[in-house]
Amino acid sequence: MDAALIIEWIIKSILLLVICITGFAYLTFYERKALARLQVRIGPNRAGPFGLLQPVADGIKLIFKEELIPEKADRLIFVLAPVVTVVPALVVLAVLPFGGVVNLFGREISLSVAGDVNIGILYITAITSISVYGIVLAGWSSNNKYAAMGGIRSTAQMISYELALGLGFIGPILLAGTMSLNGIVEGQRGMWYVVYQPLGVLVFMIATLAEVNRAPFDMPEAEQELTAGYHTEYSGMKFALFFMAEYVKMIAVSAIAATLFFGGYRGPFIDQVPWLGPIYLLIKVMILLFGMIWVRATLPRLRYDQLMAFGWKILLPVALLNVLLTAGVIMLFPGLGV
Amino acid sequence: MNLSNASASLNAILPLVVVILWACALLLVDLFITKERKGLTALLAAIGMLASLIITLARLDLEAVVFNGMVTVDGFSNFLTVLFLGSGIVAVALSYDYLKRMGLEKGEYYVLLLFTVSGMMLMAVASDLIVVFLALELLSIPLYVLAGIATPRLDSEESSLKYFLLGSFSTGIVVYGIALVFGATGTTSLAGIVDAITAGSAGMGLLVAGAAMLLIGLGFKVALVPFHMWTPDVYQGAPSSVTAFMAIGAKAAGFAAILRIFIQAFPALSVDLTPVLWVLAALTMILGNVVAIAQRNIKRLLAYSSIANAGYILLALVPYGQSDVAADSVASALFYLLAYAFTSFTAWSVVIALEQVEGKGLELEDYAGLSRRYPILALTMTVAMLSFTGVPPTLGFLGKFYVFRTLLEGGFPGLAVIGVVTSLISAYYYLRVVVYMYMREGEPQAIRDPWLYIAATASAICLVVLGIFSQPLFAWASQAMLH
Amino acid sequence: MIPDIVLFIILALVAVASAVGMLFSKNAIYSALNLILNFSSVAVLYLILGAPFIALAQVTVYAGAIMVLFLFVIMLLGAERLRRSETLPYQQPVSIILAAILAVVAIYALLFRPLGIEAASVANPDFSSPAAMAEMLFNEYLLPFEVTSILLLVAMIGAIVLTRKRQRRVQR
Repeated sequence: MDAALIIEWIIKSILLLVICITGFAYLTFYERKALARLQVRIGPNRAGPFGLLQPVADGIKLIFKEELIPEKADRLIFVLAPVVTVVPALVVLAVLPFGGVVNLFGREISLSVAGDVNIGILYITAITSISVYGIVLAGWSSNNKYAAMGGIRSTAQMISYELALGLGFIGPILLAGTMSLNGIVEGQRGMWYVVYQPLGVLVFMIATLAEVNRAPFDMPEAEQELTAGYHTEYSGMKFALFFMAEYVKMIAVSAIAATLFFGGYRGPFIDQVPWLGPIYLLIKVMILLFGMIWVRATLPRLRYDQLMAFGWKILLPVALLNVLLTAGVIMLFPGLGV
Repeated sequence: MNLSNASASLNAILPLVVVILWACALLLVDLFITKERKGLTALLAAIGMLASLIITLARLDLEAVVFNGMVTVDGFSNFLTVLFLGSGIVAVALSYDYLKRMGLEKGEYYVLLLFTVSGMMLMAVASDLIVVFLALELLSIPLYVLAGIATPRLDSEESSLKYFLLGSFSTGIVVYGIALVFGATGTTSLAGIVDAITAGSAGMGLLVAGAAMLLIGLGFKVALVPFHMWTPDVYQGAPSSVTAFMAIGAKAAGFAAILRIFIQAFPALSVDLTPVLWVLAALTMILGNVVAIAQRNIKRLLAYSSIANAGYILLALVPYGQSDVAADSVASALFYLLAYAFTSFTAWSVVIALEQVEGKGLELEDYAGLSRRYPILALTMTVAMLSFTGVPPTLGFLGKFYVFRTLLEGGFPGLAVIGVVTSLISAYYYLRVVVYMYMREGEPQAIRDPWLYIAATASAICLVVLGIFSQPLFAWASQAMLH
Repeated sequence: MIPDIVLFIILALVAVASAVGMLFSKNAIYSALNLILNFSSVAVLYLILGAPFIALAQVTVYAGAIMVLFLFVIMLLGAERLRRSETLPYQQPVSIILAAILAVVAIYALLFRPLGIEAASVANPDFSSPAAMAEMLFNEYLLPFEVTSILLLVAMIGAIVLTRKRQRRVQR
């Protein structure tokens, strides 16, 4: 075992965490600004220049809030739940390539925490499938009927849309012929997969919205029916952790979508200047995030039965159809240059 | 496996593929059939099985080893496939009016029936323990559901739950057995197991343990004593049309697996296993027949009768390790299964005809005086009872005759004596049914449904006619020897 | 090698502890959580063995999908608090004796390999790559694979048939 390798891993992991957490802080800011503009307001502009210090102010405020634990709550799980929610969100990006291989201090370093693993996509599905637990446990341990309802709803919703999400992965896998995310990015050298997979992108985007509980699929937190859903009883930093999980997940799914369908870190001159990779990825993620915010500003929340019916009766069959079409086309025209 | 290879493999199991695809299609088509016309679903299910039956009959000589040795199509599997498909078609005939009467008409009933038949057909061709396991599940799971399809009637639910729990338990034991066999030989393929044994690379202790587990698990399915506890309750609680099919199909499929696995893969273990089989067969015959005497409910009576019959079929297997008798072992077991199928269907169609309301008309007293009002039903039931007892010239007699002959060839006269004595005991309760029908006064009620009558009389006629001209049938069963 | 062994020991301890915890938890939710932990630690063990595909499938299917349904059902039924089930008086001693026998036999088998079991040979490192797995599933095990899908379909139909409430029209 190479000591330098271990140090490299540690540095990369810490960097990833830092990126995720800062990303979370500024995503809240980005969302508030963008929402405000869409609603013809100005948005936060007091803390710091252009309100840029607003996330810091929010953070400080939340740290000093009193933390309540309901008397009849299951204390252990109540405390554990936010952690369980946030960890999968933070680690899911470990397999994502932020760029190609760069040369730093004489070492060849690939810009991804786990390097090029041949099961990258499976890792993502595995992590998404466990990310349900935090929410459902939060709902249950609060000993509050609204929280429990919210938790159960979110479980049902996430299980249902996970299927479509998983099928959405299959299109790029089939096109690239590998489950490695690096391989998929390399496969988009000629053309982004969004061109070959219009249906797949649509399914994937919708499913990710549901997967991260964003509007119009934010059932678990439907205020009118469930007060605040699973995090009704949470306050202070524990609440902030749920908040953070949601936003980090938004970043993560945008980054994954960018990698699978929009060429990932690839862009002009990337082969000459590998350091451009992270910048291209950032731009793509920003655009996709704006899409999510835009959807939130535009669409009203679905009713719960509509949500489930849509997931099972429309999205899943469409996703299956997409897999079938993709596989069929690849089988029939092997020399399509894909 | 390339594409042409796969299509050749699929072609070899075409009857099975037809049934499975037909079942999937029927599931969709059934959505468009209104509640009043579920007879159409029944008809379609029967047509699917008929098509598959015709394909099978058209290529009875087909022999193939496909899917990398996981599937063996040979005379044995063709014989059983015909038996399963025939039973499936008769089961549809028995079910149609029964379900309508009981208000149980659901399209899924026939779909599940098709799936369980496909599981049995897969069992007939399975020559890899993994496929055996999957076939076992594929035939059992629809049966668990069918047993409980009369929900919310309590004893149907009880029947389903008991069958499910004990069935899953026994499947678990089968899987354990498979794991041990795999541990001993490093393969799950029956041919591979034989190779490992001849090469001397198999761990024999582990292999015997695995074989014993397989025998126990499959013994549950075919209701061998002491693994028979579930049988009476399940048979009684399940809707009669389901019980009729279960008693024949599940038993035949279980024996298909036992015969294939033991005769093909484990002849080397016969030193250890033959005494076990001996005891199991003796216990099964004795207990099944003796306890049946106490039964007043016809469904329970037939349940114990089916246990006893499992014992007779197992008799054929006792000398399986002697290579010169093995062929006769298979032939007589298959022949007995066929005789048992015909006899059971005859008896069950009469039972179904008399069961006008669910759970009513099932006591022996309800059969009193049947010969006056329903002479045809009484006559067919009499033929069935004589065949069960083993009175010439019925098929049941020949079934027992061949089994006992195999046993004598193999050198087990003691067990043959037990078989004959228990047959004599069984005469008491079988003939008691006849006595009730002909010599007691009563006002029995039965329905007149043409399909039921056709099924009953046709199989009764077969029992006698095939019993007289049994030679070609037995010749066919003998050809079915495994390779 | 040494980090592997240390990692293995830690994971093994976690796996065993969580299995024991699952058995002894009074609260069904805690049992389920312990089981999830157990599945996950086993998954990491697979990872150490160089079988990433199996490891992640284990997490996705067992720790993810199946256990979520377990939790879901437990919560919906409100079955967290297990009632003390009736125990037979001889159950405990018998189980202890049987467990002791099992332990002895297992240790004996492990140490002396009396049944001719050879130590597992080291598999080809490529053995568990997704491509190799797919090769196996769709070639050698094509039939079992397809039959399994039919089996799942049947189980699904069965569950729906049995649980769906429909008015029975009984003719009396």
